[in-house]
This record gives sequence, C-alpha cells and structure tokens, in this order.
Amino acid sequence: MTEEGGSGAGRRLRQLALRDRHEALGARFAPFSGWDMPLQYQGIVGEHHAVRQGVGVFDVSHLGRARVEGSQAAALLRSVTTFDVNRLAVGKAHYSLYCNEAGGIEDDVFIYRLAGERWLVVHNASNADQDFDRLRSVSGDMASEITAETAMLAVQGPEAMPLLGSVLGDEVTKLELRSCVELDWEGGTVTFARTGYTGEDGGECVVGVAQAAALWDALIQGGASPVGLGARDTLRLEAALPLYGNDIDAAAGPYEAGLGFAVTLDDGAYFTGRDALVEARERPLVRRLAHLAARGRGVPRAGYAVHALDGGGPVTRLTSGSFSPSLRLGIGMAYLPVELAKPGARFEVDVRGRMLPVEVVRRPFYRKSRD
Amino acid sequence: MKADFEIPDNLLYSEEHEWLRREEENPDEGTIGITDFAQDGVGDVVYLELPAEGDQVTAGEACGEIESAKTVSDLYAPVDGEVIAVNGDLEDQPELVNDSPYGDGWMIRVRMADASQLADLLDASAYRTLLEEH
Repeated sequence: MTEEGGSGAGRRLRQLALRDRHEALGARFAPFSGWDMPLQYQGIVGEHHAVRQGVGVFDVSHLGRARVEGSQAAALLRSVTTFDVNRLAVGKAHYSLYCNEAGGIEDDVFIYRLAGERWLVVHNASNADQDFDRLRSVSGDMASEITAETAMLAVQGPEAMPLLGSVLGDEVTKLELRSCVELDWEGGTVTFARTGYTGEDGGECVVGVAQAAALWDALIQGGASPVGLGARDTLRLEAALPLYGNDIDAAAGPYEAGLGFAVTLDDGAYFTGRDALVEARERPLVRRLAHLAARGRGVPRAGYAVHALDGGGPVTRLTSGSFSPSLRLGIGMAYLPVELAKPGARFEVDVRGRMLPVEVVRRPFYRKSRD
Repeated sequence: MKADFEIPDNLLYSEEHEWLRREEENPDEGTIGITDFAQDGVGDVVYLELPAEGDQVTAGEACGEIESAKTVSDLYAPVDGEVIAVNGDLEDQPELVNDSPYGDGWMIRVRMADASQLADLLDASAYRTLLEEH
C-alpha cells in the first residue's frame, strides 16, 4: 500500500508558538504554506464531528495578521480592497478581497475595525508576504505585521460561544455575528471576533504569544477538541467557503466565484481592480463556481475532470473535492459554464478512471441546524 | 517508528503494508488487509474500491483503492490469485479498517495461484524491522 501525494518542501518551515501543546495532544504535522501545521490529532472525521456537534479549537496562527493604524488608514485600506471599509462601524468586521487591475482575486481577507483609526487585516498564509507588501506599499509605516508576536485560535461549534463566554467573559457571547472586541485577558489583550471558517457559530481570537498557551489550555480544559487542518478543510468545504489557491485565484473574479458581497462599487471610490470589476458587473457571467454532490459512491478530489454525461467529454475540473463526513458523500466545487450550472444538472467526475455521477446543488452543502 | 503498532505473529506482510493470513482449512486461500501501521498512516478510511469476486489480482499490482479523509491510496495484491470473497461490511462501515485492521477490517480473500510467492513476503519479525527502519 502506498500513499499518493508528496511530502513537504525542503526549505525551513515556520513553527507555531504552541507547537509543544500540539505535540502533547498527539498532533501529526504537515507543511502548509511554509508552516509546519497540525494536520490532525485523533483523526479528521472525529475532529470534524466534534466541531459540528460540540466545540473544536484550531491553531490558525499561520494566517498573516497586520495592524493598520492612523488617520488615513481607512482611505488606504479602501484603495487596495474591494469592500468599502468606511461602512464598517467600530467593532465590526467584513470579508473582502485584494484584486489585481484585471479584476482577478489576489487574496481573500478579513478586515476588522478595532477602533476608529485602528484596523486588523487577516491574510491567507500562502499570500501573507505579498499581502503585507501590498499594505506597506500604500500605507507605509501605518501597517505593521503582527503575525510573529501573536497567535490566532479559532473556536467553532454549537458549544463554542458558551465556552468562549466562560473563558473570555460573558461580553463575547453578546456580540453579533462579524463583530469584534478587544479584551484585557491574563495581563494581555485578546482581539475576539465572532467569525470563522466552518459554517458553525463561534469566534476567532488573536492573542499575544505570552498569553497564547494559557488561552489554548483554558479552551482545551473547557472541553474543546483540538482540530487540525484536515478537518478545517472538510468543514469549510461543507459550508461552501472558498479556499484561496483552490477555488479562487488570480484567474478568477469575485462575481463568478459568488463573492459579489465582498465588492462595493456604488461608493464610487477607487480601488485596485475597480475598473475591471465595473465592466465585469455589466457583462453576463460566462462561468460560475458550482457546487457538486456525488450521487454514487466515491470521493471526488481537487483536479479531477468533470465530464458531460453520455461521453460528452470533459467540461471543467474540480477546484476542491472531499468526502463530506456530515453528509457521508462526496462533494466538490468547480467552475461550470453558467448555462450548465443549474441545480439538478448532472455530470460525471472522472475518479481515477471510474465515472462518479454528481449533481449541481445549492450552497452550502451543509447548514447548521437552527435552534 | 512513532507508535507501537500491532503486528500479529501469525500473518505474512508485504513491504507495501498489506497483511495476508493463510487459511488453515484451505491453505491455498489467503485473506488480505492493510496493517495497523498502514491504517494509522492513511487516517480515517471513508470509502473503499475493492475488486469483485472472480477478479484476478497480480502480486505487486494495485487491485483496489483506499479513500481516507485526506488522501487516496492504492491497495496492492501481495500474491497472484482469484478473488473469492470481498468484505461487504466495509461498504457501510469503512471505519472497520481503522478500528480492526486485522479482524473485521479485512478486505479480500484470494485463492492463490502460486503458494511459492508466499516466500517473498515478510514474517512478523521482518516486518517489525521494516517499520523500525521507517
């Protein structure tokens, strides 16, 4: 029996501040975007269910974090991101994009307004260096990278908010979705936001490295299961949240990716890519990121070809694909011509030579139960 | 080797981490699965694509696929032979491969074409040495 897929690159990997905590919990590590990251602890499926049914904690300190501060910070952020940050009240956060002049997506980011003139921007690890350069190029010394001096923990699941309330204080449980607050905690500051990447309730905490272990320990002792990148991927895919580098990249635009909500055009303000996006908005879409669910046994994976039925030949390739532990079937995403990307439309995925029937479904694949 | 993996004495092993148990009552038949080390490495098994009864398998060639939450791996046949039984329980309970790799997680039974091929497999102590070198 042999396993497919390569091991990591040879260059030196960055290590998490909480690496000893992960090792003590039996983590297996894998290289990801230049970091040595916990892939799993007890097992991907069990960790996935822990987040859907209870609460899980993820160390996502590999995400790039930048603080932007100053009277011109809002205007400068507006000039490089698609969402009009001026409409964020203090204590609010929003998903946004960096685009290039052609309207292609250079990264997807989260922007938090911590105070009137103080912002936190969270980048993907794979783009963190170029993203920070982008911020620095427009804001100079107003932008400071805080990735190394902080850790970031995501706490997700139906039991996440009660746990976070008991650890950080009741104040956090009163926050609305996509709201953020800075808290004094154990002699340091925790920046907490009610955001996440799993489709579950919960939040994300940015904490100084001096307090990171205490926060991790309190969450674990409070009942959170440690969750690695393996389950982070199955959870985000079930929630139909795109992954940069898979489902979106510089060759994809916001509208075809279903990310129009991250683009503000009506304020008239310039930002990189605006002209291209104004044009894109007026043109009919050619393709759309579609959501495919298997209608047979088998696991579709990223890169597999999607074929038209009855030997109609390849149409596209999956940008993501996995077994869905919650639905117990294969799911994936792919860009399809808009006229074909209709719910109910059938295709076949070439799973290493066998054809797996799939059907276009509405997003998300999995929606948390409402209580 | 990171952990203590179970390596039963009464089985034969391939270098690709399959095990084969020779059936006492029918010595030309062998039951095949993947080892404790292998199931640990692939992680949570979510789906198996196994050969069908009557299929011929060839030593050293892929005869099935093991889909785990994170990856897909090939199942290699340790010997030549004809598939005479397939573990149907794995269709609905693929996790048996993780829970009981040498028991309820068995995969296929073959009628061996040439029992002399067994000499090419490893005994438990040789397989343990292979893992220690891993």
